[in-house]
This record gives sequence, C-alpha cells and structure tokens, in this order.
Amino acid sequence: MTIKVKAKLSDGVVNVKLLMKHPMETGRRIDTATGNKIPAHHVNELTCTWKGEVLFRSNLGPAVSKNPYLSFKVKGPKSGDELLFSSVDNKGETDQGKVIIP
Amino acid sequence: MKVSSTTRRALLKSLTFMSAIVMMPKLVLAAWPKKAFEDDSVEAAITELYGTASEPSDQVTLKAPDIAENGAVVPISVTTDLPNVESISIYVEQNPNPLAATFELSKSSLADVSTRIKMGTTSNVIAAVKSGDKVYTVSREVKVTIGGCGG
Repeated sequence: MTIKVKAKLSDGVVNVKLLMKHPMETGRRIDTATGNKIPAHHVNELTCTWKGEVLFRSNLGPAVSKNPYLSFKVKGPKSGDELLFSSVDNKGETDQGKVIIP
Repeated sequence: MKVSSTTRRALLKSLTFMSAIVMMPKLVLAAWPKKAFEDDSVEAAITELYGTASEPSDQVTLKAPDIAENGAVVPISVTTDLPNVESISIYVEQNPNPLAATFELSKSSLADVSTRIKMGTTSNVIAAVKSGDKVYTVSREVKVTIGGCGG
C-alpha cells in the first residue's frame, strides 16, 4: 500500500488529497550511461470507491509528474466512512490505499 | 432462391459486424483512452476523448503558475461552476502528446481537481470540461525555465 491519502471533511464536502509512489517514466528519456531509451512506466488509472460505488476515476498519462499528486472533492461520504483507492500502471502493476474520513 | 438466401446471410453478417463497431466506443471509453493519450494535437485528443469539438468558456477556471521554474512539477487546478460535469481533462499544447490526465467525475464529485504535471517547454496549458453534451475549454500560458522532459 503506497498510495498515501488524506481526507478532510468540512461543510459536507470531503477534500481528498493523495500521493502515489511511482517513477512515471515517459518512455522518451534516454539513459545517459547506455544511450538507450528508458521504457515507459507510468500509472494509467486511479479509482476511488466508497461503499462499492465509484466516486472518482482518473486516467493518467506519462505527462503527470513523478510520484503523482491528485486532489479532488466529493459530497456524500460521512465522518468515519472508509474510502478505498486502487491504481494500475501500464505494466499491469497495481497499488492500493485507503483512508477513514476523520 | 439461392441468390437471395446468400444475400440475406451476407446482410445479417454485415449487420452483426456493424453493430460490433457501433458498440466499440463505449467499451473503449471504459478503459484507459490510449489513442487520446497518443494524439499529437489538443483538438484531436479532445475529439477522441469526448467525440465532439470544444468551445472556449470563461466559466472554467484554470489555476497554474505564470512561470514554472521546474517543468517537471507544474501544479495545475481546474474548477468550474458549470452543471453536470462528467469529465475534466488537462492538456499541454507543446508536449509531444498533449493529453496529461483526465478526471472522470461521479454524481458525488465536485468539479474541482488538482494535480501536478510535466511540461517540456513554455506552452499553453488547456483544461477541458465536459458539461452535458458540450465541451468547454480554457487556456493559459505557463513559462517554463527548466524543461521537465528529456535527460
């Protein structure tokens, strides 16, 4: 679990901030030692679910910065609810994270 | 007799084939939009993603620095008061593939997202918002002192 999430509830709106740990290689960078291109390795998708319902989904491309940061706002989840996060990258590797709304 | 049955079969076959093609975009949309991420112009990527052309709007707010010292990490925020926002996407005009990210909102989401992106060079950053059947965009120039792509 390397998706770090912070959630803050104020006036019924949950502000979610998350940080994924990922190199986000574009596939265009050249390894100076070997002269070869570093293969693309980036997160493709991030999904946030609440009680089995998809709240928010993001498609990321290689142009998103290394260790991607995302933030978004949702209405509905209450204090004490758990939000689940999952990501999948272009190599099919997955990652998870979760947060309980304080 | 024989001729007509063959044509009917052919017609049925072509109908099944055509319906398969018509069904495809929905399936493709559910997955990572590879083609849109590979398009080399903003307009092409928007059309690929939303199936419609866009129009500029002052109801979409794009927050980005005027000058980004480090092109590898450029903070971008998009908010809008437009109703029924289904999707928000961010493009960097001068990047090799402009589309940086898309955000698919549910009924519970507010149209307020932020992320950090890479920019190779000084460029217009474009945010597109799909509200109902229309796509609205806003553009803003970000000057980059050190590029975020390449070695």
